[in-house]
Amino acid sequence: MANALVLEDLTKTYANGFVALKGISLEVKEGDFFALLGPNGAGKSTTLGIVSSLVNKTSGQVKIFGFDLETQTADAKKMLGVVPQEFNFNAFEKVIDIVVTQAGYYGIPKQKATERAEFYLRKLGLWEKKNQSARMLSGGMKRRLMIARALVHEPKLLILDEPTAGVDIELRRSMWEFLREINAQGTSIILTTHYLEEAESLCRNIAIIDKGKIIENTSMRSLLLKLNTETFILDLKDELPDLVAINGYGLRQIDARSIEIDVDKNTGLNRVFQQLADQGVQVMSMRNKSNRLEELFVSLVEKNLEMKELA
Amino acid sequence: MRGQLLFTAFWTIVTKEIRRFTRIWVQTLLPPAITMTLYFIIFGNLIGSRIGDMGGFAYMEYIAPGLIMMSVITNSYGNVVSSFFGTKFQRNIEELLVAPIPNWVILAGYVAGGAARGLAVGVIVTLLSLFFTSLSIHHFFITLSTVILTAIVFSLGGFINAVYANTFDDISIVPTFILTPLTYLGGVFYSISLLPGFWQTLSQFNPILYMVNSFRYGLLGVSDINIGFAFMMIIGFIIVLAAFAMHLLNTGKGIRS
Ligand SMILES: Nc1ncnc2c1ncn2[C@@H]1O[C@H](COP(=O)(O)OP(=O)(O)OP(=O)(O)O)[C@@H](O)[C@H]1O
Ligand SMILES: [Mg+2]
Repeated sequence: MANALVLEDLTKTYANGFVALKGISLEVKEGDFFALLGPNGAGKSTTLGIVSSLVNKTSGQVKIFGFDLETQTADAKKMLGVVPQEFNFNAFEKVIDIVVTQAGYYGIPKQKATERAEFYLRKLGLWEKKNQSARMLSGGMKRRLMIARALVHEPKLLILDEPTAGVDIELRRSMWEFLREINAQGTSIILTTHYLEEAESLCRNIAIIDKGKIIENTSMRSLLLKLNTETFILDLKDELPDLVAINGYGLRQIDARSIEIDVDKNTGLNRVFQQLADQGVQVMSMRNKSNRLEELFVSLVEKNLEMKELA
Repeated sequence: MRGQLLFTAFWTIVTKEIRRFTRIWVQTLLPPAITMTLYFIIFGNLIGSRIGDMGGFAYMEYIAPGLIMMSVITNSYGNVVSSFFGTKFQRNIEELLVAPIPNWVILAGYVAGGAARGLAVGVIVTLLSLFFTSLSIHHFFITLSTVILTAIVFSLGGFINAVYANTFDDISIVPTFILTPLTYLGGVFYSISLLPGFWQTLSQFNPILYMVNSFRYGLLGVSDINIGFAFMMIIGFIIVLAAFAMHLLNTGKGIRS
């Protein structure tokens, strides 16, 4: 299947010398619902900013549905709809004008633009507000206005930078519903979010970015699979001369006196202790490692921190 | 096909700009109407009647073209500098950056929007001036092309100013310290033949002198300068400023980080 987005070794150094991206490579398949996760300041908005032509890249390549953003700019841009992290409409303009004007920028004639604007404003529950100036909308309405504006030229790839930040639970769920619907109709979607629950419920594939680097890029399913195995750390009485093996469990030695063990939630721990005892290994204590997506996320990011400090 | 799309995009920017300055007409269209009416009353009627002739015309008649040009210059510049700076400030410039619009269309749209306000104010001031004097048009084509080209020059200037501006103060520095003095010294109120030799020569370095005189020539048929040269200079300015504005847009100066 075609790729909706390909990033090749994208780097960004801001004017003040700050290196925000250190070589981002990523593929998002057509039709995908993709989450880009990462802590504050990781480089999510910078990455999406480069894709949206709002930030100049330092090096690397961006392809949107096969069109090179640098050499086939207009074709690439037509494929893309953008919902940025910060509100970025003219607060003094009327809601309807903001959407119709955006359509005009894509060359859509006035009448068609007006029809489309009505369609998306209705869909996002903003039609009654069409004649109000944008500054009079609530925060959640402003976000929905930006979504309507991003869809008015019917892009094949929609990117949303924290679309549900500051949105109440009920509205968040209705936005999820809406995004699922347009994804089902064939629009590829990339979103960033700090709500892992959101990524889990919506997205099929995921990348985690930290300090300008991708530290994990996998399917949501295999990530969640990881979560079905619980990981325990066992502290041992004596140093292990060789790594022992335990049938049916993944095992890693951390240092001379501790091992890490993956335990399928359906299997339980009894056999572990039996086998360890058979081999003469005495376990002094046991700790639970992460079992929730949140903790996995934190551990990935922390691991990245350690690597950084060693380097 | 592509041309059609680009024209729609261009026209969208122009109508957005016109919508902006008509929405805030109290700040954009009304002030020049009031100021210029005061100029007409004070300089034209009250003082002008004591000054007598200038360049073979009643003083009122002589300054009317200058005052019209002055409003066109101020308003073209002011429209683009405020609007484009506001667009940067509120970040809705991003609406344009994500869209498949070439930079020259963005520039053309803003410049046409600025020229539209300049010309709208020009028409208002012209109509007002008719209450005080009669205007006849000597060379229609020269009059019209001078005023349009001048509006374009200053719209481009306002655009460049907006690109560099980081604060609201930055958008009033050039109008206050450069544009206003040059306009007042640009032969709006007097013929430079009245000036001593040195000041006459110095005045010839003021581009606004050429625009005002060219416009006055179109209306009255008198000018301090050579009209052909004036046109060449105005067009030269347009080329240089447009090239510079395009350079700024292409590098993303003040727009893309
Ligand atoms: N214009 C800029 N100039 C200099 N540094 C910048 C600029 N914009 C962003 N940065 C820096 O680049 C890094 C990445 O920022 P970015 O906005 O991409 O993070 P993010 O992952 O979107 O974070 P958040 O989750 O907080 O939105 C941050 O350290 C930020 O301070
Ligand atoms: Mg961000």
